[in-house]
Amino acid sequence: MPAEFYYGVEVFLNGLMAGVMYSLVALGFVLIFKASGIFNYAQGIMALFAALTLVGFQEGQIPFSHLINAIFGTELHHFGWHMPAFFAILAALVIMIIFAWLVEKLILQHLVNQEPIILFMATIGLAYFMEGFGDLMWGSNVKKLDIGIPQGGNFWIEESTAFLGGPDFYGFYLDTLDIYATFIAAALVIALVIFSQYTKTGRALRAVADDHQAALSVGISLRAIWVIVWAIAGFVALVAGIMWGAKSGVQFSLSLIALKALPVLMLGGFTSIPGAIIGGLIIGVGEKMFEFLIGAPLLGGATENWFAYMVALVFLVFRPQGLFGEKIIERV
Amino acid sequence: MSMQSAQSAQGYVTADGRKIGGPVMEMENITLRFGGVTAIQDISFDILEGEIRAIIGPNGAGKSSMLNVINGFYHPQEGRILYHGEERKPLKPYQIAYQGIARTFQNIALFKGMTTLDNIMTGRLTHMKTNLLSQALWWGRAEKEEVENREIVEKIIDFLEIQTIRKTPVGRLPYGLQKRVELGRALAAEPSLLLLDEPMAGMNVEEKEDMSRFILDVNDEFGTTIALIEHDMGVVMDIADRVVVMDYGKKIGDGTPAEVRSNQAVIDAYLGVSHD
Repeated sequence: MPAEFYYGVEVFLNGLMAGVMYSLVALGFVLIFKASGIFNYAQGIMALFAALTLVGFQEGQIPFSHLINAIFGTELHHFGWHMPAFFAILAALVIMIIFAWLVEKLILQHLVNQEPIILFMATIGLAYFMEGFGDLMWGSNVKKLDIGIPQGGNFWIEESTAFLGGPDFYGFYLDTLDIYATFIAAALVIALVIFSQYTKTGRALRAVADDHQAALSVGISLRAIWVIVWAIAGFVALVAGIMWGAKSGVQFSLSLIALKALPVLMLGGFTSIPGAIIGGLIIGVGEKMFEFLIGAPLLGGATENWFAYMVALVFLVFRPQGLFGEKIIERV
Repeated sequence: MSMQSAQSAQGYVTADGRKIGGPVMEMENITLRFGGVTAIQDISFDILEGEIRAIIGPNGAGKSSMLNVINGFYHPQEGRILYHGEERKPLKPYQIAYQGIARTFQNIALFKGMTTLDNIMTGRLTHMKTNLLSQALWWGRAEKEEVENREIVEKIIDFLEIQTIRKTPVGRLPYGLQKRVELGRALAAEPSLLLLDEPMAGMNVEEKEDMSRFILDVNDEFGTTIALIEHDMGVVMDIADRVVVMDYGKKIGDGTPAEVRSNQAVIDAYLGVSHD
């Protein structure tokens, strides 16, 4: 086999792992959309906010320190301690659960039975609010997120595959962080599937997604379910925020990963958890392979920026429900 | 496991020998308005333990509104509701299920993407007590509870003869079977009062006979108190112990099927005599 072939394989593997990262973001959208029919525009910001909070706790930053300093003329910045990653993650999770409860209490509760577009608009408002709130709480500088996952090329894989492609091939270059992310995402998805299939609350989540009135009649509190769904979406956002934040730093652009999730959702369907995963993988592999095989040699490169959206467009035309979404049947 | 309270003065024995106990639910002077429209006007009746109580009436008589009052979806402006002898405060719809009242819907309200088994399992929700954390970790009581409840659900599946569709998403089932699954979900709650909203609506003769048999069997085997709404008089007269007849939001008759059948106001309502 020529070295080119193995480069192709390497691109494929990197595409898979990039796809996992897209799936992580798409998953948050699917969870909320399934249970409440809301397209949550704020999902990307939630990931950013979760990552900011995590870093804030880890670094012992004082929340709202800029605000406090501006008002009282103080010079507060740090508590002076560093929290271990594990506790910081738990604390960030608690914040995301409180956030879910507040969203239900302050927004959703007042918009029951409203049109989906109204709820969508509310999440846009929420996104802008959280963006400002996150800045105010933790500051707008770019932060480094490190919870102890090693980064950079994995030497072990590189060395043990170097023999494959002859003298010009130096082994597969895979980022260790991406490998971790893949396993964490897989564990997360398996846990979510088991939770939704085999527990009472999981069944209640699916029940609410199907029929509100019937759900009420068997004793399911819609409001409790919405808090749970948003809390789980917050948890998924936290995981996505950690992975993306560790990769590219915690800054505002982190929230734009949500844009990458859109084509994934078009492909996988808005209502399918497996769809979000497979959609993410297809987009990840597709854009890397397209760049490698066609983009770079024939089109001058940089096709990764638009490939996913083109695929989404094709799907919108020919299969609007996505690969795994529920079929749209209109009764006349 | 039939349970009758012997002390009740209101109990009676049916023609086929079933003992009917004291009141499960008493509606006293219920009036329900939607804006200027009076859907239910000053209606009183009771539902006794172990009986099959029907509410019938022509279209628009206020039957479904009445069921929604019993079920707590609507709160009447006037009147009292006594449940097991105690006045019931206005509850949230989901809390009614915890009071032991289960229901089915006129236009089937099942969880269409879920299997028959999962649908009926949701009916067990009010009996499952484990908290979210132990469920999330599938830890301790959560698993045991899941297994215990699954056994009860399997019994219901056997009872309703729907073993073969256990794993089928209910959205794919024919109408008659969906109605049966919905009955199963309500039964799974082991309700002390079972509400059926037009259980025979849209069924063919054979399906109606099946459903009638299941309703009678549920009442007979589990001693479940049943209140049902029907639009079609024929079937109801065969299975109900006592019948309330509504027309234009008012009660126009109440009694055994034979009494109701010979009531002039009821006959007029059904034959469409003009109201003057």
